[in-house]
Amino acid sequence: MTLQFNDETFRDDYTFRNSPEAVRRFPFPFDQDSYMYSVNLEPHAGGREGSPFEKRFDVDEHYVAEMRDREITLQEDPLRCQSLPHMELAGWDFLELVMVSKSEDYPDWFTLNRDGNRWHWINRPLGIDQHFTFLDATTLPCGPMEYITRQTQGDHALLDQRDDNLWMDAGMVTSQADWSLDFDIGMNFFEWHAPVPKAAEMGVFQRALKYLLNLQQGKPVRRLNWTMTVNPRLDTSPENYHKWGPEKRTMTPENVGAKQHLRVELQTLWRLPRSNAIVFPIRCYLCSLEDLVTVPKWGRRLHRVLRDLPEELATYKGFAVNRPLIVDYLSRFDDGAPTSPGIFPD
Amino acid sequence: MSARMLRVAAVEPLTPLVTRFRFVAPDGQALPLFSGGAHVVVEMPEGDLVRRNAYSLISDPLNGSCYEIAVRREDAGRGGSRYMHSQVKEGDLLGVGAPVNLFSLDLRARKHVMIAGGIGITPFIAQLKQLARLQLPFELHYAARSRAEAAGLRLLPDLPQVHVHISEEGNRLDIGAILSAQPLGTHVYTCGPEALIDAVAATGARLGWPAAALHSEVFMAPPPGAPFAVTLASTGKTVTVGPTQSLLEALEAAEVPVDWLCRGGACGRCETGVRSCHGTIEHHDHWLSDADKSAQTRIMPCVSRFSGTSLVLDL
Amino acid sequence: MPKIEFSPSIPSRPVYAGLASQGAAPALMLADAEGAEAILDLAARDAAVVDHAHIIYIPAGASHGPRLKALGARLYAEAPTFAAALERFRKALTDARMGTQLYLAGSEGLIGQAQAEALAMGFPEGAIHSEHRGTVARRMQCVHCKGITEGVTTDPFLCSHCGLTLFVRDHFSRRLGVFQGVCVDAETPGVVPPTVEIKP
Repeated sequence: MTLQFNDETFRDDYTFRNSPEAVRRFPFPFDQDSYMYSVNLEPHAGGREGSPFEKRFDVDEHYVAEMRDREITLQEDPLRCQSLPHMELAGWDFLELVMVSKSEDYPDWFTLNRDGNRWHWINRPLGIDQHFTFLDATTLPCGPMEYITRQTQGDHALLDQRDDNLWMDAGMVTSQADWSLDFDIGMNFFEWHAPVPKAAEMGVFQRALKYLLNLQQGKPVRRLNWTMTVNPRLDTSPENYHKWGPEKRTMTPENVGAKQHLRVELQTLWRLPRSNAIVFPIRCYLCSLEDLVTVPKWGRRLHRVLRDLPEELATYKGFAVNRPLIVDYLSRFDDGAPTSPGIFPD
Repeated sequence: MSARMLRVAAVEPLTPLVTRFRFVAPDGQALPLFSGGAHVVVEMPEGDLVRRNAYSLISDPLNGSCYEIAVRREDAGRGGSRYMHSQVKEGDLLGVGAPVNLFSLDLRARKHVMIAGGIGITPFIAQLKQLARLQLPFELHYAARSRAEAAGLRLLPDLPQVHVHISEEGNRLDIGAILSAQPLGTHVYTCGPEALIDAVAATGARLGWPAAALHSEVFMAPPPGAPFAVTLASTGKTVTVGPTQSLLEALEAAEVPVDWLCRGGACGRCETGVRSCHGTIEHHDHWLSDADKSAQTRIMPCVSRFSGTSLVLDL
Repeated sequence: MPKIEFSPSIPSRPVYAGLASQGAAPALMLADAEGAEAILDLAARDAAVVDHAHIIYIPAGASHGPRLKALGARLYAEAPTFAAALERFRKALTDARMGTQLYLAGSEGLIGQAQAEALAMGFPEGAIHSEHRGTVARRMQCVHCKGITEGVTTDPFLCSHCGLTLFVRDHFSRRLGVFQGVCVDAETPGVVPPTVEIKP
C-alpha cells in the first residue's frame, strides 16, 4: 500500500494536517442544506471505493499518530478505558472482529494466523507481533478490549443487552466529544443520552433503541454524527475541559479557517456472537474549515447548515459562542447556488 | 431474514417423542457462533406450504462446526414438528436462519438458576456448556413426567448442580425451596409450559424477588385452526390462511414483507396494525396488552388467527 | 416535615419512588436525619415490615432515634456517619439472600452512596426502595480530579479536592452515587456566574 502514515500531534503544537486525498475522502455528514436529529441508520456493508465507508474498520493516514495520542491520554488518565467484569467475553468478540476484518481488508498491514485458540497477530504499522491464546486474558498484556482498541482508531463502547435495554458496560474513550466514560459506564441507553437536548422529546432514542435491540449478527449498521472542535484535538473530554476549553476563545476572523474543525463521527454498530453484546465504534474524523471549503459544495452547504441550526443544538455541540465568527467566514464561500443531494463532492 | 441451506448430518431419536438433528454447512465452513439460549428458525417446505419454526440450539455455542436442535413431536400442532420427525432424513438440505438470542444469560449474575419443564430443557443445554466454560456458579432443575420422556437426560452432564425431578417417581419440583436462600445477585431462568413459568413468577414475587431477576421463555408454535382470509389495506389483495399454516407463513407465501424474529408470539417484532375487524381475532401471543387485544386493533401474525367476516390489515 | 417535590429533569436524574412495603420479607433499612420519618411512616402503613428488619440510623443532628428503636425491629443500630456504618452495612449485605429488601431514606447523598455499595455487592436494583427526606444537598463528583465533595448546596461550588469552581449537573451516576460537577469557567477563567442555592 502506498499510504504514508503521518507523524503529527493532536495537542500542544497541533501539527495534524489532512492531505488533499484525506480532505477529498472526508465523511462530510450533511446530505442536505439543513440539519435535525434522526435515527439515520443504514447498513454498514461497504461503500464508495476509497471512502471511509468502504472497509469495515477504516484505516487512514492518521492511524499511527492517533494511537500515539491515545497512549498519552491513557497514561495521564487510565480511567478512559474500563470494562465491567462481566464484559470480558464481549471484549474477546470485539478483538476477533477487528483482527479478522483488518487482516482481510488490509492484508499488507495486518496478518492473523489461527490454529484453534492459538492466535498470532501482526500489526505492521504499529510494530506489533503477538502470540496469545484466544479467551485467555493472561496471555495478553492487558484485557482483550483494551488490547485491540489500543490498535483501532476511534472510541469504542461495548453495550450489554438485557432488560430490553442497552447498557454501556465497557469502553475505550479517548477521542470523545465531551462525555466521561468513568461517569457514564453502567448507564443504560436513555441515561447516557440524557444530556442531549430535544432528541428525547422527538422519540428518536426510543426508535433507535428498538432498532438496535434487534440488531443481527453479520448485519452491522452505521450512521454519521457531528460537532465542532477548535484545533484538531482528539481529547476533548470533560476531564480535561479546563485545559482545552480556553482554546475555544482564541478564535479570530483571521484564524477561524485554520483553527475551526468540523468533527465527524462515523458510528458503526455490530452484534457480537458469543456475548450477544453490541459493539459501538465511534470513528472520529477532523477537517479544518479552510480545507472543507476547497470542495465548493461543502462550503455552501456547511454555511447554510450552521447558519440555520437551532441555538440549543449549537449550544449543546459547544460552538454557540463562536457561531457568528464561523458563519461569517463560511458566508464567503456560499454564493447561494443550489447544492446537489448527498454527501459526496460533485 | 435470510436462511442458509445447511445439510442434515444426523437424525437421532432421544426418546419416542424427541429427536435430535445436527446441521452442518454443506461446504464444511464454520457456522456463526452464538450465545447460550439462542434459537434458529428452520424452514420446512411441504408442497406449496413453507412452515418456519424456531428451535433452541443445544449445541456448544463456541463450536462452529455444527448446530444441533432437539424437536419434540406435537401431534396436535400444525405439523411442523411432525414434518421434522417424519420427512427429514440425513443428507437433506434445509434452510436455517442465523442464531438470534432472546433468552440470554445475565452475565453479571453471581449465580444462575435454571428451571426446565419438559422440552424446555433445550436452551439450557447450550447455556450449561457456556457456564461450564466461563466457570460460573449455576444450578439446574429439570422436571419431566417420566424418565422415558426426559430427553434431556441424554444431553445433560452428570454434575452435582444438575437436579432431575421425575414427577412419576414422586420427586416433584419445589419452586419455593429453590428460590429460598439463593445468594444476592442470583438470576433465575425458566423454560417450559406456561403454568411452570407462572408458578415461578408467583413464588418469586411472594418471596420478594424483583421481576428483573426472573427470566423466562415460553415455547409456542403457531396453533392450527380453521382456515380464514385477510385483506391487505394497501392493495385490497386477499390472502388465505390454511388450517396448518400460520398467518405469517401465509403472508410470506404471498410475498408480503413482514418483519419477524421469534415466530412464537413473544418478541413483538411482527406486530401489525388492524385497519378493520368484523369478527374475532384469536390472540395466541404474549406480546400485546390486554387492552390492545380486546380493542382488536393489533395482531401478531406469527401465532394468532381470525374467525369472522373480514379482517383488514395495515399492510 | 413536608416531602420535597423534585422538578422533572433529564432521564439520568434519579427519581425516588417512595417506600412501599414488601411485607415481612427480610429487610435492611438505612436512613439519615429526616429519613427516619419515612421509615416510621412505612411501619405505620404496614407493621410487619420491621419483623425481619435490620435498621441502621444516622441521626445527623435529628432526634428520631428513640422512635425508630421503639419499632422493635429485629436489629437496630445507630452510627454517627455513613463511613462509620459502612462495614456493618457491608456485612449485612454479605449475609443477605435473594428476597431481602433494601429500604433507603433520607438525603440523596446517603441514598446514592448506599445504593452504589449495594449494587457493587450484587444486590438487585428491583429490591432497592428509596425515599428522599430532608436536605437537597448533593453529593458531587468533580469530573476533572474525580474527588467527591459532600453536602453541596450551591451552584456553582468549589471542589473540596482540587479547588476548581464547578457547576452542578443533574446527570447522575448510579454506579458512583454522585452527580457530576464540571468546571464552570474553563473558557473564561475567573468569570463565574452568581452563586445560587440548589433547588429541588
